[in-house]
Amino acid sequence: MIRQASYRAAVRIGWLEWLPWVVALAAFFLLPQYLPFGARILVYILFALSLDLILGYAGIVTLGHTAFFGLGAYVAGILAAKVGVTDPLVQMVAAAAAAAVLGVVTGAVILRTKGLTLLMLTLAITSILLEVANKATSLTGGFDGLAGVTIAPVLGQFRFDLFGKTAYLYCLVVLFAGWWIVRRIIYSPFGASLVGIRENVVRMHAIGSPAYRRLVAAYAISATIAGCAGALLTQISQFVGINVFSFESAGELLVMLVLGGVGRIYGAFIGPLVYMIAQDQLAKQFPEYWYFGIGLLLVLVVMFARGGLLGLADRVIARLKEARR
Amino acid sequence: MSAVLETRGLCKSFGALTVAANIDFRLNAGARHALIGPNGAGKTTFVNMLTGRLAPSSGRILLGGDDVTRLTEEARVKRGIGRTFQINTLFRDLSVLDNVALGVAERRGVATRRWRPASAHAEVRDEAMALLASLGLDADAAVRVVDLPYGKQRLVEIAIALGLKPKVLLLDEPAAGVPSLESERILEVLDALPADIAILIIEHDMDVVFRFAERITVLVQGEVLCEGTPAEIGADRRVHEVYLGERHG
Repeated sequence: MIRQASYRAAVRIGWLEWLPWVVALAAFFLLPQYLPFGARILVYILFALSLDLILGYAGIVTLGHTAFFGLGAYVAGILAAKVGVTDPLVQMVAAAAAAAVLGVVTGAVILRTKGLTLLMLTLAITSILLEVANKATSLTGGFDGLAGVTIAPVLGQFRFDLFGKTAYLYCLVVLFAGWWIVRRIIYSPFGASLVGIRENVVRMHAIGSPAYRRLVAAYAISATIAGCAGALLTQISQFVGINVFSFESAGELLVMLVLGGVGRIYGAFIGPLVYMIAQDQLAKQFPEYWYFGIGLLLVLVVMFARGGLLGLADRVIARLKEARR
Repeated sequence: MSAVLETRGLCKSFGALTVAANIDFRLNAGARHALIGPNGAGKTTFVNMLTGRLAPSSGRILLGGDDVTRLTEEARVKRGIGRTFQINTLFRDLSVLDNVALGVAERRGVATRRWRPASAHAEVRDEAMALLASLGLDADAAVRVVDLPYGKQRLVEIAIALGLKPKVLLLDEPAAGVPSLESERILEVLDALPADIAILIIEHDMDVVFRFAERITVLVQGEVLCEGTPAEIGADRRVHEVYLGERHG
């Protein structure tokens, strides 16, 4: 029988794919003292997932994804602190819509370029937003950040508590929705065409694919998800710092994804988890030199685990299978 | 016979360098037409203008009588122009099946769908598999293109183009660089291409040209030198001087 490498992979969710959710729920019960930290990790997983859609699948290299994350964070924060809209779901929808609009508008301009030009443009857009947030102090709090953010109970029932229980579960539900959407997309014909564009855009044109329009659509979807992640961060921390737009945040996100494995969907889960735990532990052990440890971790991954930690796992499993034969 | 593809006064210049000069060309429905010429004659440039990859400096391109000169490459594919590339332009890390299925999905208009899984579009997979079977590539469907021998990669180029169900197929040196054993398979495939597709082949190998083509156009320094049947071209002294003479000394 002829083996078919199907167009594309099977869509049924495998048991391994349920593992992150089982682990996340287990952590809720077993590690209650870490729930606020866990909620932040879930936010960054969602953020990394949004980046993976465009970087890992569509091949759009960006250093400006914090533009959407930051915009989402500020929209949620401003609605809560300045407009009096405290419902978290309304804030989330508004943040998503704002990030989507920004994604369409900026994507339509910058995705006509590629390579270094594209990279610089993504950086420039974030820098502009950073400066706007810095100058518009009456709205954003400027350099000091936006305080006074109050968030109403989720669905009018679940109040954000000091121990981070609601925040954790709320983030988990939003992350699940984001994961489900991204997963549907990457296994869809649209997702397949994004992979085609990443692999060979010349050929995609030659088969009649409007590559530019597809990229703008993917960029906007990714921006929307990043905006939701930004809104989540505001809601669980009840504060918006200007660093949500920073170059460091964008770089950190990229490092997280590279660490986990780009273009693998679950690399976006592993990367932020390992990075943030390592950061937390190293900062406790070596308060002055913790960045050295992060740098060393990344160097080791790049040198010995191309494809990130998931790529390394793949290779180990392949060798074990080979050894068994 | 009606022309399915036609150019009128097609020109292309890069600054002072003219690579296509006033080319009038006609490809009839179901034709087997070859475009030959020495290196640098402008053959690939001409094909790139036909497909929309390169904008002409002046002149017109008509597809089925409609002016498509200003249309994008994608729009021309939708109207029935398919092509292969001189140098393999494939999705190297994807399977053979996915290489063909991507094109089939575009043609069927399902490539924009975001919610229904690709694997649920059995019609795309089945059509791609049938096409691969017709070219003898079905056993390699699951193989990554980069892992295929070069000759089979050239066949995948043709398979992708056929998946678009083109009215006009532009084959840019389909057998170039292929070992003789594998090139015979490519020639068999070319011979078996559907009769209703008008085919323009660019080729340096005269054995392939004279075996395949019913008409030949000779391009020299961006200009049409002559056009005729293989017998007429073979007997043309100018062709021997500028092309065959150059090659066979």
